[in-house]
Amino acid sequence: MLTLIKQSPLSAKIGMLIILINLGTVLLAPQIAPYGETELIGDVWAPMSAEHLLGTDQLGRDMFTRVLYGARNTISIALAIVFLSFGFGCSCGLLAATLGGWVDQLLGRVVDVVMAFPTLIFALMVLSVLGTSIPTLIFVIAILDSTRVFRVSRAVAMDIEVMDFVEVARLRGEGLWWIMCNEILPNALPPLIAEFGLRFCFVFLFISSLSFLGLGIQPPTADWGSMVRENAGAISFGIFSPMFPALAIAVLTIGVNLVVDWMLKRSSMLRA
Amino acid sequence: MNPLASMISKRIMFGVLTLMAISLLIFVGVEALPGDLAEAILGQNATPETIQAFRTELKLDLPASERYFSWINDFVHGDLGHSLANGRPIAEVIGWRFANSLFLAVTTAVFAIPFAIMLGLLAAIYRDSWFDRLISITTLSAISLPEFFVAYILIALFSVQIPLFPCISTINDDMSFLTKLHAIFLPCLTLALVVIGHMMRMTRAAIINVLSSPFIEMARLKGISNRRIIIKHALPNALSPIINVVVLNLAYLVVGVVVVEVVFVYPGLGQLLVDAVSKRDLPVVQASGLIFAGTYVFLNLMADVLSMLSNPKLRNPR
Repeated sequence: MLTLIKQSPLSAKIGMLIILINLGTVLLAPQIAPYGETELIGDVWAPMSAEHLLGTDQLGRDMFTRVLYGARNTISIALAIVFLSFGFGCSCGLLAATLGGWVDQLLGRVVDVVMAFPTLIFALMVLSVLGTSIPTLIFVIAILDSTRVFRVSRAVAMDIEVMDFVEVARLRGEGLWWIMCNEILPNALPPLIAEFGLRFCFVFLFISSLSFLGLGIQPPTADWGSMVRENAGAISFGIFSPMFPALAIAVLTIGVNLVVDWMLKRSSMLRA
Repeated sequence: MNPLASMISKRIMFGVLTLMAISLLIFVGVEALPGDLAEAILGQNATPETIQAFRTELKLDLPASERYFSWINDFVHGDLGHSLANGRPIAEVIGWRFANSLFLAVTTAVFAIPFAIMLGLLAAIYRDSWFDRLISITTLSAISLPEFFVAYILIALFSVQIPLFPCISTINDDMSFLTKLHAIFLPCLTLALVVIGHMMRMTRAAIINVLSSPFIEMARLKGISNRRIIIKHALPNALSPIINVVVLNLAYLVVGVVVVEVVFVYPGLGQLLVDAVSKRDLPVVQASGLIFAGTYVFLNLMADVLSMLSNPKLRNPR
């Protein structure tokens, strides 16, 4: 594992560093942050200073603290969504590939219809009906996103399903569940891990956009997307405070993309 | 029947079916509201009369199947119902908004598509040069950035630091074409940066993919110049995936404008949808959702049909 990281190109190392810093912030936000998440501590849109590293926001809360807590909230929600959508999408995808027949057809057609609908519009409509709360948000986006995971995991599993060792396991009389978990899943893992990174980027940008539109995570919870929205007015006065949460979003997505790029290149080299 | 024609008609059939499934989904979505919709929206102090009026307005007193067909029927005939928020007929508001959204999308497409294909071709011609790497890094970061971040950077640069363009893109019918273009310059640029990244990368990948085929090797052995090989031999054969990604990006432009419209307070359909969602103005949500979905399905259909048509193997069956 360590040698693997040592061999990785510079871009992937930068990406891993970014991800590590972000994960550290997720775990330690309350310990690092100099103030409370919703504590009012000064003037509105105060400039950067030693007390307020990134200045203050539109209500006079410390921007640095908010960005740290924002990492905690936004990233953990995005991770929850991706885990849920992978759990759901992968099991359906592997099931469709192993069983084939009408199960495969039915799942495939349902996914076709859902994917024919632009995700953002779909999410907006569902949220307008169900209202925005964090559990609804997680559930709705996870279901929408699992369609993509279904496609990928099904395609990967289809390739493995025709291999001899799966046939052998079948003839040995192994059950469906055993074949899925012990024969197909371990071999499907490398492309699925890369897909996990891509899905994370997508979901993360997606909830940031929803929060930016005011329909995702609701204030006063610190969240990068809604922080941009709340501070957007400052920009016409030449104050750049909304840029920090937006920059945080951008840096994290680029970091994840760099690592995913390297993993995809590696797995395609291994195959060749 | 000609296999191409049958493939295309199958694809069109599927598009129509999808659209029907989506309209049903939109309808059932509103139907499946937990509790009584009327009470949920009108709130605690709704009188029985207002609830009754609301139910008649949404035709909640009729059976579901009847309502679905009358909704679709009205929709096809241009009657989209009335907004709950201000009681105005939705068709009036939506027509103008949709035209604005299309204007923004089409303007962006007109200058983004040729530019992206040019860049993709250049990147393929000068593969692995510093030019290629520079473009690849720029476009990768443009794709990874959230749209509102790009938008605010552009505002900070071209509207605050150097006041060239307005940061709020209001347009109305009295403006001349050029003033309109000036007003929507920044939202156009934002959208263009996102789609150019996608289209350029796909163009480059498609061309490089074709370059590994034997007939390109043959052309090279004949001593044809690299530039000529790419433009005369590789490009026509890479056309199918390129057309596909261009039309898919058009679909993205029409639908993905939501965030950009909100940033620039542009009076388009996307902003209307976001407003309606936060006010829970369901008839407007349904109508604009269906229009968005229809456009998206139609453009996806076009993408598939065009890429089938541009595939030489399918066009000349043996």
